[in-house]
Amino acid sequence: MTTNDWMQILLFLVLLIGLTPILGTYMYKVFSGKKHFMLPVLGWLERFTYKFSGVKADEETNWKGYAFGLLVFNLLGFIVVFLLQLFQAQLPFNPAHLPAVSWHSAFNTAVSFMTNTNWQGYAGETTLSYTVQLLGLTVQNFVSAATGIAVILAVIKGLSRKTTDLIGNFWVDITRATVYILLPLSILFAIFLVGQGVVQNFSPYETAHTLQGQTQVIPMGPAASQIAIKQLGTNGGGFFNTNSAHPFENPTPLSNFLEMLCILLIPAAMTYMYGKMVGSVRHGWIIFSAMFLLMIAGLGISLYGEFSSNPFFAHLPLMEGKETRFGITNSVMWSTFTTDASNGSVNCMHDSLSPLSGMVAMINLMLGEVIFGGVGSGLYGMVVFIILTVFIAGLMVGRTPEYLGKKIEAFEMKMAMIAVLAPNVAILIPTAWAAVSQMGLSSLNNAGPHGFSEILYAFSSAAGNNGSAFAGLNANTPFWNVMLGIVMLIGRFGVIFPVLAIAGSLAKKKIAPPSEGTFRTDNWLFVGLLIGVILIVGGLTHFPGLALGPIVEHLLMNSGVAF
Amino acid sequence: MKTIKIALRIFLLLTLITGVAYPLAITGIAQALLPQKANGSLIHQQNKVIGSSLIGQAMDSSIYFSPRPSAIGYNPLPSGGSNLSLTSAKLIKQVKDRKADFLKKNGTNNPSSIPSEMLFASASGLDPHISPKAAEWQVNRIAKNRNFNSVQKLKLLQLIQEHTEQPQCGILGEARVNVLELNLALDKIKE
Repeated sequence: MTTNDWMQILLFLVLLIGLTPILGTYMYKVFSGKKHFMLPVLGWLERFTYKFSGVKADEETNWKGYAFGLLVFNLLGFIVVFLLQLFQAQLPFNPAHLPAVSWHSAFNTAVSFMTNTNWQGYAGETTLSYTVQLLGLTVQNFVSAATGIAVILAVIKGLSRKTTDLIGNFWVDITRATVYILLPLSILFAIFLVGQGVVQNFSPYETAHTLQGQTQVIPMGPAASQIAIKQLGTNGGGFFNTNSAHPFENPTPLSNFLEMLCILLIPAAMTYMYGKMVGSVRHGWIIFSAMFLLMIAGLGISLYGEFSSNPFFAHLPLMEGKETRFGITNSVMWSTFTTDASNGSVNCMHDSLSPLSGMVAMINLMLGEVIFGGVGSGLYGMVVFIILTVFIAGLMVGRTPEYLGKKIEAFEMKMAMIAVLAPNVAILIPTAWAAVSQMGLSSLNNAGPHGFSEILYAFSSAAGNNGSAFAGLNANTPFWNVMLGIVMLIGRFGVIFPVLAIAGSLAKKKIAPPSEGTFRTDNWLFVGLLIGVILIVGGLTHFPGLALGPIVEHLLMNSGVAF
Repeated sequence: MKTIKIALRIFLLLTLITGVAYPLAITGIAQALLPQKANGSLIHQQNKVIGSSLIGQAMDSSIYFSPRPSAIGYNPLPSGGSNLSLTSAKLIKQVKDRKADFLKKNGTNNPSSIPSEMLFASASGLDPHISPKAAEWQVNRIAKNRNFNSVQKLKLLQLIQEHTEQPQCGILGEARVNVLELNLALDKIKE
């Protein structure tokens, strides 16, 4: 690694830490209904949305009402994206004359974009028309992110209120998230991206006559507007097949650096907002620290894996599946950050990463996408682990566990365990099935332990609502499309509903003032415990699977065994 | 029922805002301010589109600089990498063969120093760049096949330097040369 490599990493981390309180404060103001500088600019749009939709902004619901609204809204999104794909051939803005999408691919893609996963079994430039990309996918990029933000806001209300049933108004929460956070940031970022060379047009694909006299059909489309929100909303679904490795999605090192920053920007700022809203900025930073340390550890192992020499290629830098303009360091940073956050966009092919780096990406997915995680979803996932941690700590010292003055009791623990177990079960059982069935195995691109890794990665990515892939796997088959679709649904709603139930239950409770015996959640001891719990849960669940995949591949590679 | 009604309306409105107004506004701004970039950074020659400066293209001729290996042969529909793992026997053989081809084509002055991006396929299959080193490796071969004299050969080396993009903002990314732009400039070196 060169000095330049280290400088880029350092610059990135400093910017991430520096922007966290700035954006966090702004989001705190937006979501607590306080005055902020965008109010005069976009306030009319918020008010118009309520008026047009018949929303009474001060009318709140209990958790079941909140969950019902969320479910109906998401179901609607699913239906629209599904139908748009089936009737693509009849719809306008389809200059490449792409035919209707198969039912199973349409199902998978609709679920994928609704759940903020953005797993892509299809190739954008040869599958979807501009109409479907915009009306279907760009919209879901926004609203699935807004849905995640809404859920964490409900949790915050559950924690900061007492003796009430009400945890907020889902419509107000998604409107504010879209209008004040996602939309303005996307507009700025999209224009910047065009300035770097990202395409934004409605033109037909361009036929070029190359220097050596061949024809090359160059795809076009309104890409910049979608790429901006795909990075900011931890969506990750590329406009083109190779996502942010494609020069039209990520043309320069600067576009790469900022796209990478946008992956973590909102999830990181969420921790600060959270701290401020639950009344302890320090607690927010403590959560940030736990996430940050896990991220750095992963980055370190991943860099080690990529810069180590390799018996097959000696000291050749491992450039397979990487772009010249990014080099190795920027590729490894991206692969780590995109799997920390449940973004899932890629700028290198994860399938061709060294076994250790591929394993780090996989572990990030398996830990439940709580290392910053998705917008909103990363933090509410982390709250589940926090509840688990205070419970375990409470058992150790023999007191009723409390979190921010709220007693953690049997109901919360049951719900928290469902939220932890649901995605893990959704990884392990389908992986086992795919690994022994012809339907699963016939899609593999690599042999040996790496083939198994392709399966394990796919289901981990789907359950974590990440969307990145060991993309050699041909997932555009009925088996894979349907299975992954179901796993994405479990990974999303198997966590959201228990979390909302916890929010509802906590809102009803009193807030006990802190006493001398209160177990503190705003110090470094707690950071250690929290990280410990996350690693133990993840490790116990997934070590056997990892041992069969990347670990054995790493060992065999170093003893010179190829497949 | 009330919830469903609200959901329908708010979904419709958010679709209009984020799926219609937002991309149209960005398209409008982009087309007005940055039309060249928004339309794919296309390169025209004699009223014909010869390619995009961002999209690499295949080049087998020995009188031009070669681009990186591509798993899709530089056909952008769709983009793609090999997705082969580092323990793939197929990849190991590919790299061996590419190395042999590269040495055969460009001479064997120092086989261990071949830049690795010339042996490994890119992620997108459309990588428009190679490293300056990889370009320098090909100078002797191109000069020979074009019957360049020593002045012209010097110009060729200069050309690589002129076309080298240093890390952006001083530190971001890697130094690189755009192969298509370099090849177009190469044709302009006069007798």
